[in-house]
Amino acid sequence: MNHVFGLKVGPVSFRIGSQWRGPVAALRRLYAGYPEPDGVCDFTVRLEAERIWRRWLRPSVAIRGDYVLPDAAPLPLAQGLLAAEMGMNLQMALGQKRFLLLHAASVERDGRALLLTGHSGAGKSTLAALLGERGWRFMGDEFALLDLEDGRLHPFPRAVSLKNESLGLLNGMDPGRLGPVLEGTPKGTIRHLRPNPEAVARMGEAARPVLILFPRFGRGLEPAVREVGAAEAFMRLTQASTNYVALGERGFDALARFVGALPSKAIDYADTAQAEALIDDLWPAA
Amino acid sequence: MRDARLLVRLLAEPDRAGEVRDWTSLIALARAESLIGSLAWRLEGLDLPAPVEALLEAARRDGEAARVQALWEAEMARRALAPLGIPVILLKGTAYAAAGLEAGRGRSIGDLDILVPRRGLPDVERALLAAGWEWVKEDSYDDQYYRRWMHELPPLIHRERDRMIDVHHAILPLTARPRPDMAAMVADRAPLADGLFTLSPPDMIVHAAAHLFADGDLAGGLRNLWDIDRLLREFAERDPGFWTALRERANRHGLLATVERAVRLAHHLYATPANWGQLTVADRLYCRRLVARDGWGRAKRPLTRLGFYIRSHWLRMPPLLLARHLWVKARKARR
Repeated sequence: MNHVFGLKVGPVSFRIGSQWRGPVAALRRLYAGYPEPDGVCDFTVRLEAERIWRRWLRPSVAIRGDYVLPDAAPLPLAQGLLAAEMGMNLQMALGQKRFLLLHAASVERDGRALLLTGHSGAGKSTLAALLGERGWRFMGDEFALLDLEDGRLHPFPRAVSLKNESLGLLNGMDPGRLGPVLEGTPKGTIRHLRPNPEAVARMGEAARPVLILFPRFGRGLEPAVREVGAAEAFMRLTQASTNYVALGERGFDALARFVGALPSKAIDYADTAQAEALIDDLWPAA
Repeated sequence: MRDARLLVRLLAEPDRAGEVRDWTSLIALARAESLIGSLAWRLEGLDLPAPVEALLEAARRDGEAARVQALWEAEMARRALAPLGIPVILLKGTAYAAAGLEAGRGRSIGDLDILVPRRGLPDVERALLAAGWEWVKEDSYDDQYYRRWMHELPPLIHRERDRMIDVHHAILPLTARPRPDMAAMVADRAPLADGLFTLSPPDMIVHAAAHLFADGDLAGGLRNLWDIDRLLREFAERDPGFWTALRERANRHGLLATVERAVRLAHHLYATPANWGQLTVADRLYCRRLVARDGWGRAKRPLTRLGFYIRSHWLRMPPLLLARHLWVKARKARR
């Protein structure tokens, strides 16, 4: 591969190879200050031309690597950074077997972790990014890694991916922490935010989870909190996990212990201030 | 890492793991060849760098979960087909796992492959459809293509478990030139404890070799040849007369040359303890193709690959039929 970048995020390391300079240059800027892989990479991502001539002519980036989706659509070269991010997500979703992978955001305070999970658009990324700037340690906005042995959550603090209306959150943020504005992507306008130095420096520190939240965002919603039973939380988390089935009995045991040991709540909110207030109310009791 | 030779060497001689400088490339390559699980088992217990060991340990556990899942899928098929009273013979990875063979250790297992007598096909089809399997391809040409010329039903997928089953009634397409004696294969099947069957040991090799060399473009060939190496070692150790039985059996199926090639290449690449003669010029071309992958997991040597791809179609059907098939496929692709 012509251009190579190595990246360690929490307990997982990646090797990203690209036929073009652009995506790797963008990764270097976005992930400045991240550690390099130590020895061996868990996953390889390749960004390469869909067809040979597509390297030069209307270049389009096919996302390949150790694990691939056969029908993944290529992205234009201008969105090469997004291709790299999607490539890393794909490796995690299809290939990660050392942890139970939950599609969730997580933040930590006083050694205790809060898990935020829900459908796309529930506001996981936005809330985690916001809390990460207000005294919590940001642990990740995409995947939470549940340890199969001891039940702790491992950080996976990749760059936060903010979309469309959430981009307002970036106003006033240090421009050095921001990626390029990516317009016209399959998910609309996207911009990445590098987590703050504390989140990066402490990416090796796992934390004990104490509360599971299922946030729901909606313009007209009244702020509300609802108890979620362990069985419902279990079912919803099996759907939020990409490798629950592949892990077999170990995945079942880890998830059953997880939902049995800590409370789960669903919260409704119409703006981030409401969500913050709800979390501040719930946190001391957790 | 320019080709897969280091991976091949480590599988054959795991003690040489100390020579590995670039584990990331080796692992990417092993994943691309579906050999990561086998490699992980071969390197078990060696003194390796901790992050490498963690990766291989995950691969071993993953292989174990895949084995359980594959055996469960076989059990599901057994329950669906048991009332028919016809023999159901497991093939490939599921067979190796069910029979507890070394070849099944860490092997990735995708679809469930079974073999049933051809006369039983309509009943099997009905029973599987009734038990929740559905057709993957709805296209009528594809359907006809499978039914008239192939050695298997069109693929079926289970609507709840999302797992595919390939129901074979022969080990090669009906249009291929060699005509294996399927009645003998079914008659000599080996029973498993649960009422299912595997092929007899010599037929298992014949099938693996036919699948590798007489019916495909060698995609995944290193893994299939690794299966053959493991099977040959285990069968030969159990039964000193195995090599003779294998030759006789391969000859009966019209596949002696194919099996001989498999043994020569397994000996050459994986040091299988059987010297069946020098590599031929064609064998060397096969080797070139088999190791054509680099440390980024990328397929290399496009022309060699293309040659084998064309050859695979050539072997499957006579030229006129092939021309017609490619014509129909091309017209469909344009629509």
